[in-house]
Amino acid sequence: MDAVAEPLHRALGLTDEELARIHATLDREPTVAELAMFAAMWSEHCSYKSSKVHLRNLPTEGSAVLVGPGQDAGAVDVGDGIAVVFKMESHSHPSAIEPYQGAATGVGGIVRDIVAMGARPVALLDPLMFGPLTEERNRYVLGGVVAGIGGYGNCIGVPTVGGEVRFAEPHAANPTVDVMCVGVASADRLVTSGTLVPHEGSLMLLYGAATGRDGIGGVSVLASATIEEGSEASRPSVQIGDPFAGKLLIEASLEMVERDVLEGLQDLGGAGLTCAVSESAARAGLGAELDLDAVPLREPSMEPFEILTSESQERMLAIVHPSRLAEAQEVCARWGLASSVVAELRGGGTLTVRARGDVVAEVPARALTEEAPAYERPAEPPAAVEGTGDDPTFLPFEGDLLEALTTVLRSPNVASKRWVTEQYDSIVQGQTVASGGSDAAVIRLPGSLKALALSTDGKGRYGALDPYLGAAHAVAEAARNVATTGARPLAITNCLNFGNPERPVVMWQFAESIRGIADACRAFETPVTGGNVSFYNESGGSAIWPTPVIGMLGLLADYRLRLSIAFGRPGLAVYALGETFAELGGSEFAETVLGAAGGRPPALDLAKERALHALLEDAAAADVLASAHDCSDGGVAIALVESAIAGGHGFVVSLASDLPPHVALFAESASRAVVSVTSEKEEALLGLAASHDVPAARLGETGGPRVVVDGLLDTTLEELRDAYESAIPRLLGDPA
Amino acid sequence: MSAAAPRVGVVTFPGSLDDRDAIRAIELMGGVGVPLWHGDRDLQGVDAVVLPGGFSYGDYLRCGAIARFAPVMDEVRAFVNRGGPVLGICNGFQILCESGLLPGALIRNASLRFVCRWVHVRVESSQTPVTAELVPGEVLEVPVKHGEGRFVLDASGLGRLEDEGRVVFRYCSRRGEVADEWNPNGAARGIAGVRNEAGNVVGLMPHPEHAVDPDLGPTGGQPLLASLLAQALSRV
Repeated sequence: MDAVAEPLHRALGLTDEELARIHATLDREPTVAELAMFAAMWSEHCSYKSSKVHLRNLPTEGSAVLVGPGQDAGAVDVGDGIAVVFKMESHSHPSAIEPYQGAATGVGGIVRDIVAMGARPVALLDPLMFGPLTEERNRYVLGGVVAGIGGYGNCIGVPTVGGEVRFAEPHAANPTVDVMCVGVASADRLVTSGTLVPHEGSLMLLYGAATGRDGIGGVSVLASATIEEGSEASRPSVQIGDPFAGKLLIEASLEMVERDVLEGLQDLGGAGLTCAVSESAARAGLGAELDLDAVPLREPSMEPFEILTSESQERMLAIVHPSRLAEAQEVCARWGLASSVVAELRGGGTLTVRARGDVVAEVPARALTEEAPAYERPAEPPAAVEGTGDDPTFLPFEGDLLEALTTVLRSPNVASKRWVTEQYDSIVQGQTVASGGSDAAVIRLPGSLKALALSTDGKGRYGALDPYLGAAHAVAEAARNVATTGARPLAITNCLNFGNPERPVVMWQFAESIRGIADACRAFETPVTGGNVSFYNESGGSAIWPTPVIGMLGLLADYRLRLSIAFGRPGLAVYALGETFAELGGSEFAETVLGAAGGRPPALDLAKERALHALLEDAAAADVLASAHDCSDGGVAIALVESAIAGGHGFVVSLASDLPPHVALFAESASRAVVSVTSEKEEALLGLAASHDVPAARLGETGGPRVVVDGLLDTTLEELRDAYESAIPRLLGDPA
Repeated sequence: MSAAAPRVGVVTFPGSLDDRDAIRAIELMGGVGVPLWHGDRDLQGVDAVVLPGGFSYGDYLRCGAIARFAPVMDEVRAFVNRGGPVLGICNGFQILCESGLLPGALIRNASLRFVCRWVHVRVESSQTPVTAELVPGEVLEVPVKHGEGRFVLDASGLGRLEDEGRVVFRYCSRRGEVADEWNPNGAARGIAGVRNEAGNVVGLMPHPEHAVDPDLGPTGGQPLLASLLAQALSRV
């Protein structure tokens, strides 16, 4: 570091204008503790200051929505008095610096968000993006992140049932590590500021782990700035997870909810105690008196600003009426958790913080939360989108189609992710009907025939070519993945992963992506119930692709009618639903076989897409289909082969198409699915398809040990299975 | 429930994860699941005890090394000495080994990674409460999910275990062949489960409680739990 000292506010990530604003609010110089509190709460991560003005454009209303954006997580009514709570977040920055702990604490954090709503976490999904596995560093990050997700999720007894794993060069320096958690609660027991009212004089009970120096500056130093050379020095800003304590927190919190002792519940995540106390107080329209001497510390010498902003994991804050305090503390003790009253709610709206008898901070709670700055940052499209010039659809291809199929099948974006998913406990809790390898995970709701269908999708490469279309495609694919299980898409959460918002191009990408999500969600009537924005995913001026990741929640009326992707037996008729166009732009084939990254992503007709979803839902409910599989990465060729591998039966089909063979096989046109059906139900399928106005083409039949596309491909299923299964283990030097 | 339904206690340690799942499986198979608490010196008069899967006390030390000191384990030991049937699943198996109620130890998987997958196991002995109604050589499909499931024991101990017929399950192919290829964790001689000398204590790494519901997958756990319930009943 230079000898010239940087002013404290800048070191904490506040701009000079923001400091002036703090002066105006307080009408005096802020104390060190106050400056640290404002820096944490006004950080991009906590305040959404660059994204707020755009997020307002998302549709958030819907008849099933119980809780929309702004709470710890969104909640949807799925009938029978059951509320489903879900949210997605990123832990990309910490994972880039310390993959295992970064990913592990990401899981812990999102789980506490769900618990804070009074819901039991029932599923985790992890959308992950890394640099190519040909690089040692990327293999290390992948291994650490996957082990960290398993290390935390497996140990708290919440099944990890899905997500996705993708690879692209822009994620080498900036891996994207998102995590979605889904929880279930009685609709009448949801813990929200709407259902529970904290009173003046009620107490704030901090319980769980002691507070240490880990994670100080997590939101402002790590999550709200770009990662540059020497970032290892920020390792102390990465928190350390303790999943055992996390498990005890889940049980103790849910027992307090069950016993009805709470007036509020808040997890301690980004910005730690400052955020939990100020948000709880501000939401209740109150202030609070916080006594830092009452906070159990790991290191007694901690300064007030450190205690206020520490992001030590596995802590939660319960708001209890004094008459219920003993009961709440008894529950904590039963689960072996320390608890301590650290604050009391007060009228007047001021948050007063004391340490060793002195007042170290005195700020309006709302100034930290609702009155945080919001910026309308300049947005500007790039002069030319990189690579859009040459559309690979029209490049000549004279190669061998079987070789091309094997190349696409071996591409890590397409190949089996078993190496990853086997490291996750996907079956604990005993409700997992489908997980890895399925288009969407299917989780039964206890005591009901209903099940949740869950999928996460991001379309980074499409987004790089056209952020509006990329975002709309992500919503469409997530909805399609849910629909191919037979479920109805209900609502989404999201995690919006972008570069530095202070660059106008990034802000343009962001605004375009929001527009794409909004249009698609309106068309599918799947409102946005919440989400997370992760900016500053760039280093050395090179950003990740604009990557909004969509977490879709779907509902199956009867889990016994859910569809699998597998060709379950020989003699089934194979149909393609939807239409294939000359669209290779941004496709897996274009990248891996042609080495061409440019062009336009496939077009997306939202009405046609929705018609496909409705057809799949109706066909599944009428028990017409034997299987259904989304047709996306690698086109109809890969969809057919994946269904064959999953079921262990080959197929003989022909693609009656005017398109060149490689385009017919590998185009990634939207709004398509590959389905199988018994001969006696073909009529019914065609009838339903016609009524939904979805083209249905009979391609051939399942059966036999070979995979045959008439005149184009002829090979054994065994050979393709080997290519599909062995690709990622081989890249990792771990063929076992 | 009829008066004849056996009562099976399932111990919850802090960090137990498959405790509710074990109770649900026992009830699905016609038994009565009785939740037991690690801190209580009381088995509530149950007919059999299950130590479920999970990460007791976080398992930051050797798996099961702390759980063996839980007050409830004194009662489990006394129950074992009275001949009561005890089944340890995954972490429960680890706890039984740490308690000295079963031989051997379970160490980090040879792959050094957690593994969650469906495997086949071959029944090697009928001399246990969970296999009394099965024939050696039968093959069952059940899931494993563990990071530390590699069974190890010194050479003479292994020899004695084999000679005394105390290997209860081995990982195998769907046809019952035992080979490294089917061994998910590098366990010595493909051992997935063992029993004590008296035959009333069994530990296994796979999870029979997650293989009872046909809507969720194969049902290789059903005959094991059915056998446990029948044996528990015969003691009632």
